[in-house]
Amino acid sequence: MKQNQIFWVVVKILVFITALSPFAWMVWDTVQDKLGPDPIETLHFRSGDWTLRFLMLTLTCTPLKLLFNWNFQHRFRRMLGLFTFFYATVHLSVYLALDLSFSWEQMVDEIPDSPYVLVGLAAYILLLPLALTSTRKMVQRLGRNWKKLHRLIYVIAVLGVIHFLWLVKEDLREPLIYAAVLTFLLGTRMVFAIRSKNTPLRFAPALRNLLFGKA
Amino acid sequence: MLIKIKPELGESEVTDRKMFNQRRRLIKAAAGSVVADFGMGLAPHIAAAEPKIFSSAPKSSLSLGEEPTDYDDVISYNNFYEFGTGKGDPARNSQNFKTRPWTVSVEGEVAKPGTIDMETILKTQNLEERIYRLRCVEAWSMVVPWVGFSLGQLIQQFEPTSRAKFVEFTTLHDPEQMPGQRVSVLNWPYVEGLRIDEAVHPLTILAVGLYGEILPNQNGAPLRLVVPWKYGFKSIKSIVKIRLTEQMPRTAWNVAGPNEYGFYANVNPSVDHPRWSQKRERIIGGGIFTPKRKTEMFNGYTEQVGHLYAGMDLSKFY
Repeated sequence: MKQNQIFWVVVKILVFITALSPFAWMVWDTVQDKLGPDPIETLHFRSGDWTLRFLMLTLTCTPLKLLFNWNFQHRFRRMLGLFTFFYATVHLSVYLALDLSFSWEQMVDEIPDSPYVLVGLAAYILLLPLALTSTRKMVQRLGRNWKKLHRLIYVIAVLGVIHFLWLVKEDLREPLIYAAVLTFLLGTRMVFAIRSKNTPLRFAPALRNLLFGKA
Repeated sequence: MLIKIKPELGESEVTDRKMFNQRRRLIKAAAGSVVADFGMGLAPHIAAAEPKIFSSAPKSSLSLGEEPTDYDDVISYNNFYEFGTGKGDPARNSQNFKTRPWTVSVEGEVAKPGTIDMETILKTQNLEERIYRLRCVEAWSMVVPWVGFSLGQLIQQFEPTSRAKFVEFTTLHDPEQMPGQRVSVLNWPYVEGLRIDEAVHPLTILAVGLYGEILPNQNGAPLRLVVPWKYGFKSIKSIVKIRLTEQMPRTAWNVAGPNEYGFYANVNPSVDHPRWSQKRERIIGGGIFTPKRKTEMFNGYTEQVGHLYAGMDLSKFY
């Protein structure tokens, strides 16, 4: 039992380091002046990409349970959610501090002109209460309301993908990949919600064995 | 990998990036005369590896008096959707693009339609260096030392008729060489257009080089348009056809997004793109703390081109 606990602590630390590495990479490239001809855009895009990736990973936990009856991933859900918030914060900070140079004049000139920025800001504001209520204490204190509150993540994810779709010029391929992934992740939940009360598939073990071999 | 040698451009003229950077550093060092002897000793090698074939092109008085953006940035960051939609894609995907043999056909409302090949263009046109700011519709800008010649002079040779009201340009359509054209992001081939008075304006050039060198493939080789008071997408690349018309051409970006990309596409800080502000622009090659610069009306050429649009509502004709 004790050995098992140590194992998961080690895995958690490894996941943490892995999740932080894109940020470390950004810092490294910044210090080394390796961000290319448009460094602000590079930081802006990279932090945005990682926000969406962590958001999708966070939303993958439940479908893994529903489809395969897996449980291990729940140990990482909070961490993945908080990394989503972390990268969103980096993304917003790059925009406000570097792109807009913290200038009120620029903010007033530019933010209202960009509908996708407003959508992104809305998503970030909705993300704040989720990050603030992510501690174990808050989960206990809020009880059943915690779950209700955290359903906001679905809205946030949709806004996040719209934010990306709305900003690209003509080539929609990349944001559409995120839209497809999100549709699958939310669609899985919907199918199960309609079917019954979020119980895993009866044939989940069979499906799991089919796709991944016998455990 | 098969390396195709361009018939007109010997392999010795193709400079690899690392070597170029090394030379830049050496040249800079030599110029600063810190290690003058060292620099001198390497000079013949430098000359052999990097022929500044247009170095004798006179500097135009129409040039900006500004320091150009670093060569590396100019050739590695741009939009050229024929080679991919990422800013680094053109440099990555255009290296084997064949720019010889190359001919441009001039047709439509001209008395003497015909084709002209690149060699003739290079021999007969008065090449000049023109340092212009390129302002992209995406709200960034860079300063490029083009080598080119007046479009108006070329058009005159074909004797436009009185019905010639517009000029339509077409890029090469060759999905085999241009992987971006295998994806229908835009309606290929790329088409751009100018009103005839814009086309013959002295600021409007066809560029064949930059930084004194042959135009790199990624920047629109062998022949591209440069219209400095308009957003970058007007400056069509790798041109194979110039057609004079009575009707306003249906341009690629205007067809793709009529509410967002107008036919005129003049740089105008007071008319925003529907999805972003055009009041400022990021300076390519700046650091992470470089503030944006304020975008100027007509990219700073109001005096020269303002009269072309007298009486027009530029928020309507964007």
